[in-house]
Amino acid sequence: MTNTTRNRIKDKAFQFFGVFCLLVGLVFLGALLVDIVTRGMGRIDWDFLTSLPSRRASRSGILTAWAGTLWILVLTSLIAFPLGIAAGVYLEEYTKKTKLSSFLEINIANLAGVPSIIYGLLGLEVFVRQMGLGASLLSGALTLSLLILPIVIVTTREALKAVPQTVRQGSFALGATKWQTTWRQVLPASFGGILTGVILALSRAVGEAAPLIVVGALAYVPFVPSSPNDEFTVLPIQIFNWTSRPQAEFLVNAAAAIIMLLFITFLLNGIAVYLRNRQQKKIKW
Amino acid sequence: MKSNNASLFNLKAALLVSGTLFFSACGGNNKEGNSSTTAGDNLTGSIQIDGSSTVYPVTEAVAEEFRAEAPDVKVTVGVSGTGGGFKKFVRGEIDINNSSRSIKEEEAATAKENNISYLELPITYDGLTVVVNPENTWATSMTVAELKKIWEPAAQGKIMRWNQIRPEWPNEEIHLFGAGVESGTYDYFTEAIVGKSHSSRGDYTASEDDNVLVQGVSTDKNALGFFGYAYFLENQGKLKAVAIDDQNDANGKGAILPSVETVKNGTYAPLSRPLFIYINSKAAARPEVVQFVNFYLDNASDLSSEVGYIPLPAEEIQKQKQKFQEFASGLKK
Repeated sequence: MTNTTRNRIKDKAFQFFGVFCLLVGLVFLGALLVDIVTRGMGRIDWDFLTSLPSRRASRSGILTAWAGTLWILVLTSLIAFPLGIAAGVYLEEYTKKTKLSSFLEINIANLAGVPSIIYGLLGLEVFVRQMGLGASLLSGALTLSLLILPIVIVTTREALKAVPQTVRQGSFALGATKWQTTWRQVLPASFGGILTGVILALSRAVGEAAPLIVVGALAYVPFVPSSPNDEFTVLPIQIFNWTSRPQAEFLVNAAAAIIMLLFITFLLNGIAVYLRNRQQKKIKW
Repeated sequence: MKSNNASLFNLKAALLVSGTLFFSACGGNNKEGNSSTTAGDNLTGSIQIDGSSTVYPVTEAVAEEFRAEAPDVKVTVGVSGTGGGFKKFVRGEIDINNSSRSIKEEEAATAKENNISYLELPITYDGLTVVVNPENTWATSMTVAELKKIWEPAAQGKIMRWNQIRPEWPNEEIHLFGAGVESGTYDYFTEAIVGKSHSSRGDYTASEDDNVLVQGVSTDKNALGFFGYAYFLENQGKLKAVAIDDQNDANGKGAILPSVETVKNGTYAPLSRPLFIYINSKAAARPEVVQFVNFYLDNASDLSSEVGYIPLPAEEIQKQKQKFQEFASGLKK
């Protein structure tokens, strides 16, 4: 066997291995999706989306749950993204490489691994009690913002790193200040990468139930929240509640609610992907 | 390089909006005493309920029906668990706590420190059901002493086979399933069987989600588990209940199976348990809460059997109503 053929075989082998790795993930995801869709799809109709929770599975709906989830997502985005992106910009563009900055860097990465229930306990003490915000949408959104901040910061920094130094140097050479360079050149150029982080972060936030239960999200809320100070429930809590009920019909409801949760996630991610693609087309170096 | 003005504007706008939102939010808003007094059906205000997930289905059903009675009262129900609910209750953060056990001494002490007084009302019964797999032909009945032998802390790593409990039972492994240690169900079961609340062996499959336990016992021939009667009722085809003998002939001779009848008349001992609601006295001074609690007691029988629990006898309900009336009217003086 010549060297060339041996290398070709290795090449093919790795290709198969790669496909196999991809399939492992996809097959499980596919199995879950098929299972959920066959169980829950028939349950989704207009009434299901517009009804309040009920003790009778067939009359029960997810109106307040999906409304709460949307509220939480919008508020969390509004709070976490500016903070996270600004922190990322500061760390990447402004700080010098000192011991302190690398210490900060390690700790931010560590924060991403803290169990979400811990953030819930922190939110309960700080937002609900000390700041007196109560078990409101705002407390929940602030808590989830803390939870996803590390992801936003880390991905923002990675996106900024990917912008070539020459872009910054060119801007400086034309007499731009650091602020002008960052705001007009670097940030727009890294927008796509930052949005990817935003997608990941939001997808994590949308599935969280534990920290919100600690903060005081409820299971039975018979009204749609009308302001950030209102009490609320979210889809994951409604799903959790239904899966632990003795009656089998509630499991069908849970499956249907999971489909809606996936739909909301896909929708949000779709918007982010669309924005990213539109942005990337406009950047030409 | 071309920068995109539109998306840049979006970014700036987002920064601005969230900035103002964040800071205006920090001003803090205290939602207090949002009750206003109007007569009859025109009650308004809000009632905050939290606590046990076991009691939740009953309270949810009552809250749902109460909307027809008083559409402008906002009743919300959480599921922090009995202990989690009491943590909020003793700080005066919620009006009513759903509870699957009585308040603990330390919880009562904290309530006293915070000047919170309250009333306990039993609203329905549950029969903790000991279950085995339908293929298990031997364990049709067990005594409390035998259950204790299995579940006490000393059994850990030692009592591992069915024939260790009764020699005539098969020499097969025994697989245990039970409520998670944070639940009121666990506290009640250990109190009734082991004799000491919150104390049992640790080497069993624990889950806060009773459907996981149902799944476990229904697929394992050598399993033994316990959970609320409602879960047994809904899965009768997949499970077999074990009759319990407390060796006390005063409350029914021999081993007794759980049923609506035996739980109600107290012969299914010691595993019938009452479920409670706890009412904060400050809340009980508000007319919408008074109306809600009365409505709760009036409908507890029908609604609790609808969700799989066992209603209190009518005279017992009457007694609770009277108790609440005295409590509420005492507050007005």
